[in-house]
Amino acid sequence: MGDSATVQPKKKPRLGVFKFASCDGCQLSLLDCEDELLAVAGIVDIAHFLEASSHIEKGPYDIVLVEGSITTPHDAERIQEVRRQAGILVTIGACATAGGIQSLKNWADHEDYLRCVYARPEYISTLATSTPIADHVAVDFELRGCPIDRHQLLDVITALVGGRRPRLASHSVCLDCKRRGTVCVEVAQGIPCLGPITHTGCGAICPAYDRGCYGCFGPAAQPNCDSLADHYLQDVTNAESLLPLLRNFNAAAPEFQQASDRVAAMREPNP
Amino acid sequence: MSKSRSIKVEALTRVEGEGGLDVTMNGDVVEDVKLSIYEPPRFFEGFLRGRPLEEVPDITARICGICPVAYQMSAVHALEQALKVEITPEIRRMRRLLYCGEWIESHGLHMHLLHAPDFFGVNSGIELAAEFPDEVNRGLRLKKHGNELLEALGGRAIHPINVCVGGFYRAPKREELQKLIPDFEWGLQAAIDATRWVATFDFPDFQREYDMVAMRHPDHYPLNEGRIVSTSGMEIDVADYEQHFAEHHVAHSTALQSLRTGDQSSYHVGPLARVNLNRDRLSESAKRVADETSLETPCHNPFKAIIARGIELIHAYEEALTILREYRPFRPSRIPYEYQVGEGCAATEAPRGLIYHRYRIDENGKVTFAKIIPPTSQNQRQIENDLRAWLPHVLQDDDRKTAFDCERLIRSYDPCISCSTHFLKLNIKRAD
Repeated sequence: MGDSATVQPKKKPRLGVFKFASCDGCQLSLLDCEDELLAVAGIVDIAHFLEASSHIEKGPYDIVLVEGSITTPHDAERIQEVRRQAGILVTIGACATAGGIQSLKNWADHEDYLRCVYARPEYISTLATSTPIADHVAVDFELRGCPIDRHQLLDVITALVGGRRPRLASHSVCLDCKRRGTVCVEVAQGIPCLGPITHTGCGAICPAYDRGCYGCFGPAAQPNCDSLADHYLQDVTNAESLLPLLRNFNAAAPEFQQASDRVAAMREPNP
Repeated sequence: MSKSRSIKVEALTRVEGEGGLDVTMNGDVVEDVKLSIYEPPRFFEGFLRGRPLEEVPDITARICGICPVAYQMSAVHALEQALKVEITPEIRRMRRLLYCGEWIESHGLHMHLLHAPDFFGVNSGIELAAEFPDEVNRGLRLKKHGNELLEALGGRAIHPINVCVGGFYRAPKREELQKLIPDFEWGLQAAIDATRWVATFDFPDFQREYDMVAMRHPDHYPLNEGRIVSTSGMEIDVADYEQHFAEHHVAHSTALQSLRTGDQSSYHVGPLARVNLNRDRLSESAKRVADETSLETPCHNPFKAIIARGIELIHAYEEALTILREYRPFRPSRIPYEYQVGEGCAATEAPRGLIYHRYRIDENGKVTFAKIIPPTSQNQRQIENDLRAWLPHVLQDDDRKTAFDCERLIRSYDPCISCSTHFLKLNIKRAD
């Protein structure tokens, strides 16, 4: 492809990594590129990456990786400043792209917390919701996964350094199982699996380990969530069991949110 | 006061998660030390309520991307106690193997990329590689082996998918584990060399009086089971943990701080505590290198935790190698169970120290209560106390230099701030 020819050796792009509400796992993926880490450090100038370096440079940054979701008023302001300092802003992981597991509180406010009061007023500075970065600022590219796949991260970084727009596949995990030769856990064992509606990237590992996909890479392109849910509700499971499967690490991704809300409405009313 | 002086570290670096440090001095007197943890709370214990118990290992893994296995192991053992599930020796062995993978990855990372740079006045492992390319590359390769083991047995390195209540979704094929053996044979020797290297570092002469707390098991170096012991002579069952340790909320932190009940004293958990309390349970090579590096036990110099991490790295390689060599695929890969109302707790040894989980479940297999106490919240007060003692040694005119020396001490604990923060509790009162 000759991409490296477009890299300007004189001035390396400045990379910034910023963290919001998250587990650190997605930025750790960069340090987990053990074979490539020193090479990456050779093509970008790591200007702000608190987990890896005490060397902190002020912005602006050419490429910014953002991990985590927005859950506090302070972070809602901080992301604006990060955006101002960012040339290209890439969100990495389910927290940054879909609100993460902590977005479960978005529902708790309605279904549970309405009947509850906080005993500790000092926590009031926390927002009632966990929202993806794109709800707050313009995002140039989203990298999915809980956690992201480090090879995809390397692809994105090398593309951006080379001045290309990253191109990643957006088909479903289901297709990856076929490629991998994994016998379908739903067809063969009746295990509910989100593979047909989940974004590729993990390598279809769960079915290869005899369990159903639980959707940690979020929705694939144009997923037919309702059709899959109806199929499972008819033949495989009930709404009570299907709901938590649809509402976990990417609960607030619009396609999964709509699907889980629909299934929630089908549950037996509480006695 | 005109002599009042404030030293601030806005953002701690080379730690997992984000926090800061505030020190107030009056002349040479340390008035206040606050390890501020400003990570946003994520309320795990709140939203675990009502979830199917099968999801707990997957959900709690997301508390920490660096030590997900610690959460998964603690969760499954606690839930199995609640369900009265007895696991087989094969499952038990595989869980130790998985934990070895996490220790190798986490210790390899901390020793080489996060902590070692402090001893050479450089900003990062990447900068350190310019001076010590072979050592840093060796460290990266060691770390990679940990990840490869996690991938083979757990499905992936960060947030493994193969752990379930009762065991594993699938036992690995023999060749999936056997292919790791050559790398682990190289790694055992490399871990020994890496430990010898860090033992030559120039350590500040700083001794503390610690009450060190770790697990102890009759036959093994502690990972998943044992009783909880301390250098002050405490020895308790895990079930009694909450009678001896309690969490406190302080205003400057979104993490709770744990103290001993009774005298409200701080305590120290982590590799140094484990080696001090379990040196006789180390593998042969680890024991030999511990003797050879003249790591005195009990060692009460927090900066020497990097040597303890090295010794545990050797142990983890040696134990993993034994299990890998003997491995045969096993059945059942998981023990079935029936839902019942119950409660269970478990403690395990995360790379950074003791971690404790307690759950209640209902007759439909739903979680009704969760309590999670990670290692960093237990070390938090100890770190603050250490800083009070350390500051007089490092006070200089240049606040930045002083701040750097403080950060060094904090980093020796390998604090995981993402972990410690999640567990801000939702205290809910039902308004009937």
